[in-house]
Amino acid sequence: MESLERELSRKRSKRIEFVKNTISYILLLAIGATMILPFIWMVSTSLKEAGAVFAYPPEWIPNPFVFRNYSDAWESVRFGRLFVNSIFVAVCTTAGQVITSSLAAYAFARLDFPGKNKLFLCYLATMMIPGQITMIPVFILLKELNWINTYKALIVPMMFTAYGTFMLRQFFMTIPKDLEDAAVMDGCSKFGIYWRVILPLSKPALATLATFTFLGNWNNFMWPLIVTNSEEMRTLPVGLASFQGLYNTDWTLLMAASVIVIIPVIIIYIFNQRFFTKGVVMSGLKG
Amino acid sequence: MENTKKKKKKKLFFISDDTLTGYAFLGPNISGFLLFTLIPIVVSFGLAFVEWDLLTPVKFTGFANFIKLIHDKNFWYYLYNTFYFMLGIPLGMFASLALAILINQKLKGIVVFRTVFFLPVISSMVACAIVWRWIYNPDYGLLNAFLSWIGVRNPPPWIASTSWAKPALIIMGIWQSAGYNMLLYLAALQGIPGELYESAGMDGATKWQQFWYITWPSLTFVNFFIVIIGIINGFQAFGIQYVMTSGGPADSTTTIVYYIFNHAFMWFNMGYASAVAWALFIFMFGFTLLQWKLGKQEG
Repeated sequence: MESLERELSRKRSKRIEFVKNTISYILLLAIGATMILPFIWMVSTSLKEAGAVFAYPPEWIPNPFVFRNYSDAWESVRFGRLFVNSIFVAVCTTAGQVITSSLAAYAFARLDFPGKNKLFLCYLATMMIPGQITMIPVFILLKELNWINTYKALIVPMMFTAYGTFMLRQFFMTIPKDLEDAAVMDGCSKFGIYWRVILPLSKPALATLATFTFLGNWNNFMWPLIVTNSEEMRTLPVGLASFQGLYNTDWTLLMAASVIVIIPVIIIYIFNQRFFTKGVVMSGLKG
Repeated sequence: MENTKKKKKKKLFFISDDTLTGYAFLGPNISGFLLFTLIPIVVSFGLAFVEWDLLTPVKFTGFANFIKLIHDKNFWYYLYNTFYFMLGIPLGMFASLALAILINQKLKGIVVFRTVFFLPVISSMVACAIVWRWIYNPDYGLLNAFLSWIGVRNPPPWIASTSWAKPALIIMGIWQSAGYNMLLYLAALQGIPGELYESAGMDGATKWQQFWYITWPSLTFVNFFIVIIGIINGFQAFGIQYVMTSGGPADSTTTIVYYIFNHAFMWFNMGYASAVAWALFIFMFGFTLLQWKLGKQEG
């Protein structure tokens, strides 16, 4: 009798489980479809004939497929140059940030010198100040230096961050000091400790900072918009936006150009997914 | 062991050793910090009290910029717009939490959904803004085609109208950022010990009670974090507005930062732009402080 009852209740809870899972899947599919729809629409439009975009009801599958939109978009936006600009600027900025912040973070985390705490406080305080306050004087400075519309203007001011320094300092603080003592005994200099002990142990934090700096810079819009004024110096987002200004309603070309801009990041993301996920949580909760 | 102790003593003795090394390590960062952050902050403060178009000599005008700002109807309208866009914060939080709860189940293929929900976050804002501009197109856009298909007689003109443009941009903004906050919520949800739910379940607590008395209190910190970051980002809204609507129609989507951008880099009113930037900072600082105090009271 008892086993039968148990059997029944097990079956019932299984059925509840099944219903619950089905509802979850339906919700997930519905939301997932909504989230991905704009991307599908982007690709679909990018492959249509110019006139076909105004069809009602909207057609999801282009007929015929027009792959020429991509080559047309590629040529009229001069994507080759934009890609090179974006990659060069993002790589230099990222390298610069990781190097300067990790050096400074090491000093803040491990060295003792007069004025350290006050200086650190100063760094923290400026993190509160929005970039809109500094951007005007920095623009004037770059103008005086004749740097406007050069790579230097896109890279140099972005190479130093209080945030990166802060995040790495917090991480360096968690590394046990004993590990350094051994290196000190071997006669390692401070730089040796930084280079051979601290940096190798901080790979996850450095990688997180690098990923987010790279991504932030890759998608950065306002700064390149302000300091560049010729087509050759633009980065991808600004180039795409100005293309939109010219071909305001040329939807097939606009969508093809958008797909070209989005694809590389999506590929990188899909292959490094776990890493992105960790990065968000780390930068969000521990940084 | 003894050796290390000696070394430590030695270190204490030669404390000046570190001073040079310390500043050498700080050197690169600090020079950039001075040149591109600290000095510009001071200069910007000075600029707020002058009139300057980069061509004619600087003219000191005292508080004139701030007095002008107080009477500047545009400034207050754009501030209102900026606040309006922040309605997206609570809506987005609700969406993100719902997504996180859905994703936080042991189901087959859940990773695929997580990937999909996160896609808009990493995609270029400009590209996304352009495709949404196309979706929102009042005549040929996908959204209105769908709305009239389900029987809506007069679908809204979205970004072509002053009253619908703001909600339209908010929806787009939620779509783009929901995945990011979802991951933060997910991490917090996974940090709640499972035993809490088990024992609550044994005590006969309903799902709703479990959510209200276990889940929600555990999310206090994440909520606080998301609100603060949301407000800071909200005050700086610019990109989506610039790409999708150019601040229009009739300025209805122009934000404070857009106004600063126009004054500084379109009309070259460096002084007035700086004054508006400082006003923005004061609002931002005030709201963060307020939020901090409220957060402390709760926690």
